[in-house]
Amino acid sequence: MSPADLLRADLRLITELVPHGSRVLDLGCGDGSLMAHLRDERGCEVRGVEVDHADIAAALARGLSVVENDLDQGLGGYRDGSFDIVVLSQTLQVVRRPAFVLGEMLRVGAKGIVSFPNFGHWRVRGYLASRGRMPVSKSIPFTWYDTPNIHHTTLKDFRDFVSANGAQIEQEIALLTEGWHRSEIRRVNLWPNLLADTAVAVVRSR
Amino acid sequence: MTNTTHSAPWDDVGSAGVVPARIVTFTDVPLASGRALPSVEVAYETLGTLSPQRDNAILLCHALSGDAHVAGWRESEALAAGWTPEAGTDWSPTDSATGDPDAAPAAAMRPGWWDPFVGPGKAFDTDRYFVICANVLGGCSGTTGPSSIDPSTGAAYGLDFPIVTVEDMVDIHVALLDELGIDRLLAVAGGSMGGMQALSLAKRYPQRVSACLAIATTWRLAAQAIAFNEVGRRAILGDPQFAGGRYYETGTVPRHGLAVARMIGHITYLSDESMHDKFGRRLRDRDDFAFGFETEFEVESYLAYQGKRFTERFDANTYLYMTKAMDYFDLAGEAATLEDALADAFTENPVRFLVLSFSSDWLFPTHESREVVDALRAADADVSFAEVQSPYGHDAFLLEPEAQHSFIVPFLAHTLTERRGGEQA
Repeated sequence: MSPADLLRADLRLITELVPHGSRVLDLGCGDGSLMAHLRDERGCEVRGVEVDHADIAAALARGLSVVENDLDQGLGGYRDGSFDIVVLSQTLQVVRRPAFVLGEMLRVGAKGIVSFPNFGHWRVRGYLASRGRMPVSKSIPFTWYDTPNIHHTTLKDFRDFVSANGAQIEQEIALLTEGWHRSEIRRVNLWPNLLADTAVAVVRSR
Repeated sequence: MTNTTHSAPWDDVGSAGVVPARIVTFTDVPLASGRALPSVEVAYETLGTLSPQRDNAILLCHALSGDAHVAGWRESEALAAGWTPEAGTDWSPTDSATGDPDAAPAAAMRPGWWDPFVGPGKAFDTDRYFVICANVLGGCSGTTGPSSIDPSTGAAYGLDFPIVTVEDMVDIHVALLDELGIDRLLAVAGGSMGGMQALSLAKRYPQRVSACLAIATTWRLAAQAIAFNEVGRRAILGDPQFAGGRYYETGTVPRHGLAVARMIGHITYLSDESMHDKFGRRLRDRDDFAFGFETEFEVESYLAYQGKRFTERFDANTYLYMTKAMDYFDLAGEAATLEDALADAFTENPVRFLVLSFSSDWLFPTHESREVVDALRAADADVSFAEVQSPYGHDAFLLEPEAQHSFIVPFLAHTLTERRGGEQA
């Protein structure tokens, strides 16, 4: 397997959206695997933000620059337009102020790449409809009362959210990741809000 | 197979072994105040081995009450305890202070001030790095300071010693590096006032250092911190034994003033939570209130003990000079903002930064570290930051080796790898 195959499916797709040599800020960068990949394989200059200390230590071991920073407090220090791309992967649903975070992303970066679990996926809808309980699945593996995911969104809701907050979606990629080998992901073209479990969107200011 | 118990490296007290004290002398040393010192002796110690490429040197900067003896056992004390050079440096006394120095007998040998952090396998791994620590200018543990003899009078300087700044301390550190033939440090690191020196060295001599670790520190003291320093100074200056700083000649020591200064300082190093956990409202050696003013609460007795011990090893004038140096310190210097001051500081000579703060540190609180981090971000510097959760207040930088170890080890390891231009190990 190439190094890229070891990346989470949505992260692999994100790397393809990042031009060579970009300046990239990764919000909620985890152990820095995406950053290290972008730096080593695509010649990007990367910076990260994370709150988990074990992840920060792991990123330091890769020689990455990572700052503990609660996204809901903003991206203090970074000047406007410091980055070509700001990545927010699987993190939008855990912040308290999604609109503020989107605003900060597009303040410090020319473009944002946002990936998030699609709450509109048919399995989620089916789970709720048939069992009458909050869905628990592989991509949403938490009980409702003990979950970091406090802002679930569907693909359609996300489109409204972006446009209501002075931004626009430049590119939208709907994905099916569940039930497939982790090195395989499938793009969903038909009824994405129903058939995709994950979405990746490139956003920019309007 | 035998079962072995693996203790954490930071628990291995004195593993750096016996460390000799060294002295180097510099002449005609100019100071930030415009004054100069005709001669400055610097006491320093080194641990580990300098690599043939001379690229693995780390300068550790001590805080207000520290000295050059950062880890292991003082050679002079080891000799007194029966150690001989033939026995090799890997030695430990039979009777030594362990993790909690306060719990050790007063006569027990104490390891260096950052012993859990410096030694084989520790955060500053002496098997990999060449560690240097020097007593700061103005100090009282071997480096020239107010208790040293003024060559022009033949008597101790006292208050005639020129005011020294953090920048002056750093200049002397750099002179020491020149002396040791180290063009570029792998890292400079320190906590509290040591962190100020680390930040100042990185800003003013970025060509001399690859990485900077600024721990439990600040870029300038807030009014509250200056206020505490001033109360400490007033306690010393108001002690009748102080004799205008000439107490060396009278053979007395302003013990009361210095002890009170230390007691105040010590309170600012702890936290409400740690003091409550350690002492609560417990009384010492009695069940009922004395209805008088003797020392009766545990916390009073602890502070009195700390104050007394401090007067046995620390010079009151140095206390004045160190606190003043901290009060004057401002990383922004002449610039309007810290952001402006750092904007171009690392463009030509990039320095990697690791900033660590502690959640319960109210002397140099996390938000002050964040201001440094934000200014470094604005300058597009390579900066990493974490706030360690700890109940120990400012002193956490001395008392929380495990959490700091987890950040410092990978940070230094990668800095060395990068410096050697090689693939990661």
